[in-house]
Amino acid sequence: MCETCGCNITPGNEHLVRAGGQHATTADGRAAVSVLQSLLSENDRAAMHNREHFDRHDVLAINVMSSPGAGKTSLLEQTIEALQGQVRIAVIEGDLETENDAERIRAKGVPAVQITTGSACHLDAHMVHDALHRLDLDEIDVLFIENVGNLVCPASFDLGQHRNVTLLSVPEGDDKPAKYPVMFRVADLVLCTKSDLLSVLPEFSVTRAETYLRNLASTVPFECVSARGDGAIQAWLNWVCDELAAQRSRLELGRTTRPSGSTDTTARFRADEDGVHHHHHHHHHDSDHKV
Amino acid sequence: MHELSICQALIEQVTRIAAEHGATGVERIGLRIGPLAGVEAPLLRHAFPLAATGTLAETAELVIETAAIRVVCTDCGAESQALVNRLLCAACGSYKTRLISGDELLLANLELTLPDP
Repeated sequence: MCETCGCNITPGNEHLVRAGGQHATTADGRAAVSVLQSLLSENDRAAMHNREHFDRHDVLAINVMSSPGAGKTSLLEQTIEALQGQVRIAVIEGDLETENDAERIRAKGVPAVQITTGSACHLDAHMVHDALHRLDLDEIDVLFIENVGNLVCPASFDLGQHRNVTLLSVPEGDDKPAKYPVMFRVADLVLCTKSDLLSVLPEFSVTRAETYLRNLASTVPFECVSARGDGAIQAWLNWVCDELAAQRSRLELGRTTRPSGSTDTTARFRADEDGVHHHHHHHHHDSDHKV
Repeated sequence: MHELSICQALIEQVTRIAAEHGATGVERIGLRIGPLAGVEAPLLRHAFPLAATGTLAETAELVIETAAIRVVCTDCGAESQALVNRLLCAACGSYKTRLISGDELLLANLELTLPDP
């Protein structure tokens, strides 16, 4: 079914992917087993189920990531107000402690589920799965998953989302994409937030921030937004509405999608080990990505 | 410190495979990790004993192989080595490249102790 997480390796076909058949024996008599599974295959499997769940209910799921205080919750508050009556929104909030963010979202009149991770620095697919039991997906068009504020760990865990958005706020400095390449490489959209502060923080260069992003071989849109003032998040709202339309067309065709930075490393290595130099399984899960 | 959660997932995976093979112990665990996987090998090595204690993999040797970062250019077709925060084509300088190695986070292979037949 899926080449990414190793879930397609079953007792029935594992002899095909294991070097030298079932057991190759090393010189000192140990059994050598070739495995080639993602270290996160359990998480990836749960993420795949979440994605199926979203698709079955016609929901677009967007993972929102940034460092703490970059303005994720403020952006979502403004988004909910702006899209009121057009798009039905719900939010899953991830934080180490407190219900504060979920309460801010609920105050805008939309459902919010708070996940408190304790000391965990990221959300994983199982936590999101549990949170989904507390949401009625039939009443939702777009689900925002506001990840734990952290530019490191959340990048490594697939939650089942269709798209990743990474925020870079002006006070943080324009070289964040160079410092945190793993995070910015997996973004489908990078938002430069708090752009109203550009006038008082001239050391932040929007051009430089975008150059650092492009250095990561990222071709995704880079937009400046400000959650203060009217109309300053229009580029973001357009992106959300376009993505929702794209998700609906995909579902009509029975297809799904994953964030653009995620590649199929297990298939890549399986091909290498076979000594076959064939066109990697780089189907990117979806060819209609980013028009 | 997501390295600990990754180690816990690794131990679950390893002990499941060991059980499938009827192994009595795990001698060696081979991982392949790319610099763009977002996982630090030293932290993983540090977290490993915490996660492995009391399992079949308790005394296993953890061998981590680092994968090189390589990109292929979608403009000129050249394949080149790249840096973690500079994934540009070395031949033509384009940023329209595709990563072909460097983001893997894989359990590559295991060496198991099997009971004498």
